[in-house]
Amino acid sequence: MSVLVDKSTRVIVQGLTGREGTFHAKVCAEYGTQIVGGVTPGKGGTTHEGWPVFNTVQEAVDKTGADASVIFVPPPFAADAIMEAADAEVELIVCITEGIATLDMVRAWEFLQNRRARLIGPNCPGIISPGHCKIGIMPGLIHLEGPVGIVSRSGTLTYEAVYQLTTRQIGQSTAIGIGGDPIIGTSFLDALELFNRDPQTEAVVMIGEIGGNAEETAAEYVKARMKKPVIGFIAGQTAPPGRRMGHAGAIISGGKGTAEEKIKAMEAAGIRMAKSPADIGQTVMQAIGMTAKA
Amino acid sequence: MKIHEYQAKGILKKYGVAVPRGEMAENAEQAKAAAQALFAAGAAGVVVKAQIHAGGRGKGGGVKIAKSVEEASAIASQILGMTLITHQTGPEGRVVRRLLIEETLPIEQELYLGIVVDRSEARPVFMASRAGGMEIEQVAEQDPNAILKEYLDPGMALESFQARKLAFQLGLKPKQINQAVQFMTGLYKAFAETDSSLMEINPFVTCSDGRLFALDAKMNFDDNAMFRHPELRELRDVTEEDPLEVEASKYSLNYIKLDGNVGCMVNGAGLAMATMDIIKYAGGMPANFLDVGGGANAEQVTHAFEILLSDKNVKAVLINIFGGILRVDTLAKGVVEAAGKTQIQLPIVLRLEGTNVEEGREILKQSGMNFIVAETMKDAAEKVVAAARA
Repeated sequence: MSVLVDKSTRVIVQGLTGREGTFHAKVCAEYGTQIVGGVTPGKGGTTHEGWPVFNTVQEAVDKTGADASVIFVPPPFAADAIMEAADAEVELIVCITEGIATLDMVRAWEFLQNRRARLIGPNCPGIISPGHCKIGIMPGLIHLEGPVGIVSRSGTLTYEAVYQLTTRQIGQSTAIGIGGDPIIGTSFLDALELFNRDPQTEAVVMIGEIGGNAEETAAEYVKARMKKPVIGFIAGQTAPPGRRMGHAGAIISGGKGTAEEKIKAMEAAGIRMAKSPADIGQTVMQAIGMTAKA
Repeated sequence: MKIHEYQAKGILKKYGVAVPRGEMAENAEQAKAAAQALFAAGAAGVVVKAQIHAGGRGKGGGVKIAKSVEEASAIASQILGMTLITHQTGPEGRVVRRLLIEETLPIEQELYLGIVVDRSEARPVFMASRAGGMEIEQVAEQDPNAILKEYLDPGMALESFQARKLAFQLGLKPKQINQAVQFMTGLYKAFAETDSSLMEINPFVTCSDGRLFALDAKMNFDDNAMFRHPELRELRDVTEEDPLEVEASKYSLNYIKLDGNVGCMVNGAGLAMATMDIIKYAGGMPANFLDVGGGANAEQVTHAFEILLSDKNVKAVLINIFGGILRVDTLAKGVVEAAGKTQIQLPIVLRLEGTNVEEGREILKQSGMNFIVAETMKDAAEKVVAAARA
């Protein structure tokens, strides 16, 4: 079992005919993901790299039976793409696009509230269940199937954590990059709930960073409900206040959202914190060892 | 993107938000003319306000009141060109290049109004408080209940009833309520239509004659929305930004200058922050945050190098790349090319991992350059900190 995606997930690519869309659709398909078509308004009826292209998401869903969508459209149009996918009743929407205007995301987020779709991202690497399905831009090769769930606001730092696990022969059930924006579809809390219910997942790695209070909210859940060990790391312990550290959401504003506060809240919830990013793999090993004994 | 107070007030005026009469001045003559015009129009006094992108200007000596044209002119000459140091500028301060010359007002009460996007609610929130002049974070700390809040429905205006509610809660007089509603709804309209990320009227003042004004105005825009606001982009004042950061932004590099001596170049924001953290953990201090992005090419790497090296504090460089989309061999080529072009003399520690890592390491080995290759992040951090000390 994995979380949200598996071998039967049927994926359409919004923005398939663009450079990024084409490249990653191919890489995902090579990994074994069922890419069933694409959407590029105005190019409906054509085929691209062997995949059928549709003008609208609705048409693509009707014709291909897709239940997931991955979005590679440029930032000015990406919030609209999210809403279009949700309107077509796609169950899982993965938005890779970085740079969506916040007020556009406010509208898209509201639009999603009464619809069945789950959004991952935006500004994220996507989701992968090693050996089964990869919807996103992460390098598939570094992953290994196994018992550890990963949820992270970052891209390459997640790869780093995965790599530390894989080189220690610790596999992953699913790795979810929830994205570095201030407004995102799936939160730490949502991902932890999914991993908590997933029988394959035995432990969860949670990689946060400065800005907002999503880590604190998740820590409360861990304290109250989490049945599995959680290992954490927070990036940005040396970040200056008031500066946006690459991600739109990574900013200490008004003295709030510091790494220090988050680490404190997470430790208080019983999350095992890796102090240095180089210690994530080691901390997971210790955590799993402890569960085995208990 | 940040703008100056006078620019924010210029925008707000168009939305029917009351601001004091005033003019921007870049030299003493303009300041004098502005003061003359204000006195001629009946102003009791004028206030000379330094325009920099930082708060705390008053305490730093950048805001002064003048009772005559001569005094205003003298104060303007004194403030223009001075290096203003406030709690937000850092110890190096900012050189004052522009002033706002404004009429003084018979202020009765100082209140606070602010709008931000609340991340956990995923919608804008309009805040008001009676504690004007104080920083809102301080108010939140001391008495969170003192901050009145109205959440905005996406795509909707600040409705009159919401503004009315806030106005009454602020304790405004019945005859000021309609004025306040116009003020607040205009403020939110400006926020939404300019894709602001932050707006603060601090203080929002009531006058003894009943009028309401934005005595100060702070507006930040969402950089991701600037594609639809070419007119707002014009308001950018690059003299307020770090020159290296301005240079980096030309090549879509995320660079933030810090105080340490270990330069770092990383792909991805999270890994870049983690790299800074591990440098500190190894006993060093990062000289910068630099995210070359997921899809950086050789040209960007070259520019990144040039920017890193123009910081004279940098004694050693750490390159930490986890290649996914950005393949390690591509990056290695870029590094060798850039190191050659910039004739770098400093020690460079490389930690490369991911797609095509073997080919990448081979390119580095073949280059004949004296790179220090590290295996893990920890190893890399220790090596670069040692190199920076040597």
